[in-house]
Amino acid sequence: MKQVPDSAQIRVHPVTNTIMRQGVPTIINPYDLFALEEAMRWRDRFGGEVTVLTMGPQMAEDSLRKALTFGADRAVLLTDRFFAGSDTLATSFALAGALAKIEQEFGKPLMIFTGKQTIDGDTAQVGPGIAKRLKLNQLTYVARIVDLAPEEDRITVERRAEGGVQILSTRLPVLITMLEGVNEIRRGTLDDAYRAARAKIVTWNAADAGITDLTKCGLRGSPTIVKKVYAPSARAEKAHQIATADLTIEALAETVMDEIFKRQPSLEGDLMRFSAGQ
Amino acid sequence: MSEAPKQAPAQAGRANTKKELPEHLKAYKHVWVVIECEHGAVHPVSFELLGEGRKLADKRGVQLAGVIMGNDKDVIAAVANECFEYGANLVYTVTDPVLNHYRNEAYTKAMTDLVKTYQPEILLLGATTLGRDLAGSVATTLLTGLTADCTELAIDDEGSLAATRPTFGGSLLCTILTLNYRPQMATVRPRVLSMPTRQSGRRGCIVEHPLGLLENDIVTKVLQFVADRESNKAQLAYADIVVAGGLGLRSAENFQLVKALAEVLGAEYGGSRPLVQKGWMTSDRQIGQTGKTIRPKLYIAAGISGAIQHRVGVESADMIVAINTDPNAPIFDFAHIGIVADAIRLLPAITEAFRKHLSVNRLAG
Repeated sequence: MKQVPDSAQIRVHPVTNTIMRQGVPTIINPYDLFALEEAMRWRDRFGGEVTVLTMGPQMAEDSLRKALTFGADRAVLLTDRFFAGSDTLATSFALAGALAKIEQEFGKPLMIFTGKQTIDGDTAQVGPGIAKRLKLNQLTYVARIVDLAPEEDRITVERRAEGGVQILSTRLPVLITMLEGVNEIRRGTLDDAYRAARAKIVTWNAADAGITDLTKCGLRGSPTIVKKVYAPSARAEKAHQIATADLTIEALAETVMDEIFKRQPSLEGDLMRFSAGQ
Repeated sequence: MSEAPKQAPAQAGRANTKKELPEHLKAYKHVWVVIECEHGAVHPVSFELLGEGRKLADKRGVQLAGVIMGNDKDVIAAVANECFEYGANLVYTVTDPVLNHYRNEAYTKAMTDLVKTYQPEILLLGATTLGRDLAGSVATTLLTGLTADCTELAIDDEGSLAATRPTFGGSLLCTILTLNYRPQMATVRPRVLSMPTRQSGRRGCIVEHPLGLLENDIVTKVLQFVADRESNKAQLAYADIVVAGGLGLRSAENFQLVKALAEVLGAEYGGSRPLVQKGWMTSDRQIGQTGKTIRPKLYIAAGISGAIQHRVGVESADMIVAINTDPNAPIFDFAHIGIVADAIRLLPAITEAFRKHLSVNRLAG
């Protein structure tokens, strides 16, 4: 899980071109909620516990507590200044370390769920990175868990692939990245809310999590560097407005169609072919 | 875990000081593109990447190679020729029954073996479900840098790959370098780069490489593949034309107007997130940040205000036509054609205009 700034409310400073983070509320990465809900559904069916893990600053605790109100059993925050500036490779290193520690402390996770990607970084790379580091079978873009047989260590899923859906079967433990829109996060019960309010968030720094090789963490452990950050140049022109005054609705519709064909001449041919094939 | 502190390339050191490339990485040359041809046909993004890869290779004075993995010798030979015609000098092929369907384990093995053997300096993949799945594993296995979902690639003054990508939901762009590690990896979304011109008859050289993996070595099995063509699923992401509605349509009945126009245009239809919550359409048709990202040639948005979450899902459309009663709606900031009008009245008229135009021309043709 990751705490991210609510991107709907991000503003870019018009002069310095930097993100104005002040006052921007943080939320749980929306994609991660599909992962959390799916994890809880299978827990409800087979028992076990759902642990939520995030790496981030101390304030990411808010998101973890929120996850507890939804019904997660335990929350772990991995936080250390050594992790600052991590790219996806360094992030997957740290999270894989924390997951190994979770295994020691709380037992071996059979299924690790992540969202498909985050809304701030959008990379979709950390999940696969963790799987590779922990040598887990990797199921990305999962639309549905068709069958789960924990006693046989077997799982079957529908995976969104290019141009179709793959039905894949593999062995537990697995890392699953859930596709969006496949479930809806529950509200959580009153009990969950009470529990969450009182719960102690397990907080680890690098040393607590048993992560000793700090050269692989944070900025130092990140092969990529950000050279430049800038605001996209606003499109020079705003939309070409079609004047609506004095036109009947039919004439207006004709004008719209003509304007579309004028700007995208190839579309007319495409549409003809489609229409002729009907 | 075996992350013992013995591994060396960590001497890369401080990130923002450009140091000389470690000796063992200096041999890494050439630009590679992973060619996706899982079901016989090449994904267009692979050709788009060859076009861009050609420019990068020329600027670096190196060769451009395509990488084809699959199980069918004939298909691979045909695809290799296409790669040459789209600009590749050579093609690496791995042919094995195990590579029939995409599976992370097998493809990662094939890819990392090739990279270690032939050492490219730049490795490009499409930001598709296959490319993103594979790129993350390959980069982590090779412990190199990967920049995902780029919108622009260039070679900087010092010869490094400068990969630019949107971040924070598209509100910022950042340019990212991979220093001191090779290959420099990047994924690029389909339709972001232009399709290169095909030079018929252009040829190059093929290098075959073995996979060295047996079916029994692979834990994950593909039980079935259901192509989208055969199911009745919405295919928004790949549609050439998309018509969508928003709350401005005011009722589920009026949302049918969107479907009617889509039908005449042979288009997919969809809508903004509130429509899912209201139950006007299913969630697989939601367009925007937590829904689908679309890149059609034509996108018609009716009664959608254009909040940032919607914008990031549609702004790569070639042409956006927006209909909204509010002249200050944010959608007019990124639409190409704007009409301040009530979509409930205008949509049926546009549907009729297209219907007439297409049938007249069909008779004439």
